[in-house]
Amino acid sequence: MTNILVFIDTPDGALHKSHRELLTLARSLGEPVAAVPGPVSDGLVAALGEYGTAAVVHADSADLDDVLAVRKADFLAAAMDRTQPQAVLLPNTFDGKEIAGRLSIKRRSGVVTDAIAVANDFTATKSVLAGAYTVDAQVRTGTPIITFKANSIEAETVPQATSPRTETVPVPAGAPAARITGRSEKASSGRPELSEARVVVAGGRGVNGDFSAVEDLADALGGAVGASRAATDAGWIEHSAQVGQTGQTVSPQLYISAGISGAIQQKAGMQTSKVIVAVNKDPDSPVFEIADFGIVGDLFKVLPQAAAEIRKRKS
Amino acid sequence: MQDPALNIVVLVKHVPDAQFDRHLSDDDYTLERDESILSELDEYALEAALQLSEARGGPKAGNVVTALTMGPAAAVNAVKKSLQIGATQGLHVCDDALSGSDAAGTSLALAAAIRTLGNVDLVLTGMASTDGETSLVPAQLAERLGLAQITFASELAVAGNTVTARRESDSHSATLEAPLPALVSVTDQINEPRYPNFKGILAAKKKSITQLSLADLGLDAAEVGAAGAWTSVVEAKPRPARAQGTIITDEGDAGIRLADFLAGQKLL
Repeated sequence: MTNILVFIDTPDGALHKSHRELLTLARSLGEPVAAVPGPVSDGLVAALGEYGTAAVVHADSADLDDVLAVRKADFLAAAMDRTQPQAVLLPNTFDGKEIAGRLSIKRRSGVVTDAIAVANDFTATKSVLAGAYTVDAQVRTGTPIITFKANSIEAETVPQATSPRTETVPVPAGAPAARITGRSEKASSGRPELSEARVVVAGGRGVNGDFSAVEDLADALGGAVGASRAATDAGWIEHSAQVGQTGQTVSPQLYISAGISGAIQQKAGMQTSKVIVAVNKDPDSPVFEIADFGIVGDLFKVLPQAAAEIRKRKS
Repeated sequence: MQDPALNIVVLVKHVPDAQFDRHLSDDDYTLERDESILSELDEYALEAALQLSEARGGPKAGNVVTALTMGPAAAVNAVKKSLQIGATQGLHVCDDALSGSDAAGTSLALAAAIRTLGNVDLVLTGMASTDGETSLVPAQLAERLGLAQITFASELAVAGNTVTARRESDSHSATLEAPLPALVSVTDQINEPRYPNFKGILAAKKKSITQLSLADLGLDAAEVGAAGAWTSVVEAKPRPARAQGTIITDEGDAGIRLADFLAGQKLL
């Protein structure tokens, strides 16, 4: 039996889109075994079953949530020892990559990050150098550990849900770890997470401090709001909205760039989007070189008109 | 009373300038590094180290900021630039056998180099290199050295034996704490890096850069480089240029035409 260990870190107990995508990928490679670094509810087990999970291994206490990657890597190493997987899949998030890095040293196994496809022999495809190259990479030592990018696969349930068996794995006392000592939730925008969104509408220097048109179009499309470095550096929007080399890398189905020139710093974060739309006053902006649909015009006229038209057609 | 002096290591890397096109070589898919600069994101880590050192009286009070790099002869330029900006000393791991190292081999050599510096309190890195962008090396290095790790700090402070930091994400802002010694990666939000000034450039000429070979580090060539890599690139293809799409000039109906385009792509 080919076990594919899938790291499902869900402090709120829900199965998120990126988890569902990972499980769908795992099913194409073997039998998904979920590794959950905390207690699991019946609801979570049932949701895992809808995606064909064969078994669930989990930690028995919730205190791993307060410590950073170290202890989660300890847990995942223990889960690997228990389930002897042929490969380990993690989300390609900052935490996912940090846990993968630690795990790789613990179990002397190679890691490929940023994968967008994984073949049956665990060859992983990824895009490098800001999308300039597509490479196929293989793990030569140990068990392949692969961090997989969100939106790279369509999540699908199985026709007949499985009833995964569950098992706790004790987490050995580990190395010194950083702890979270305080946490303040930010006001929820009600929009999807930038890294997971199917649609991203991003604003840059051209919005000149006013993101309302960008936010309104994002809401009309049910998308997330992104920004260029110029916009976050100017303090017009939070740094966590930044797309690009010093921010997040996104690959949504649709990326709408508004008032962003499209320097390489920004391109690095969005070039692998399926469809790119650009709105910019300057016809010479580099962003038009990579746009599937470009509009030379004033974003404060074009975006509201598009948002109104989209709402009209959707209703 | 002044806080005790710190022994800080900053990882610096020479990378091809991301402003220009970058290429993978045809024969072994490694990155061509002709025109290289200090990775911009490393400057924030160096600045954070210098501020911690200066708050404790700087080099005169025994604070040490070591700029560490690994790579071919030209990689030393990243260290030289760091010394001009204000690092105390440089360390350059350089050996032909290191060519083609993946993150595992890189972290192995860097861990060995850091061990030559005695009791290090803090290892600082940027949030990613601007070339490989895997962000694996800091985590692997922390694991090899048994250090606690804080990633993506946008604020950083050291008091006594504890490092505290702030980290921002989409949904929340967290304060973090780790015991020293620790490894911390910092974002570009943490500070405004200084530029080297004339005095710094002159002073840098007197600072030492120690070169270390694999033999100096007690490592075997089979553990690093392309031979010792845990991962390998089996194929690399330049991404086909994105075909230029339709570009229109707004004549008052561009928003409607955008909706038409999205409907045509089944994106509504």
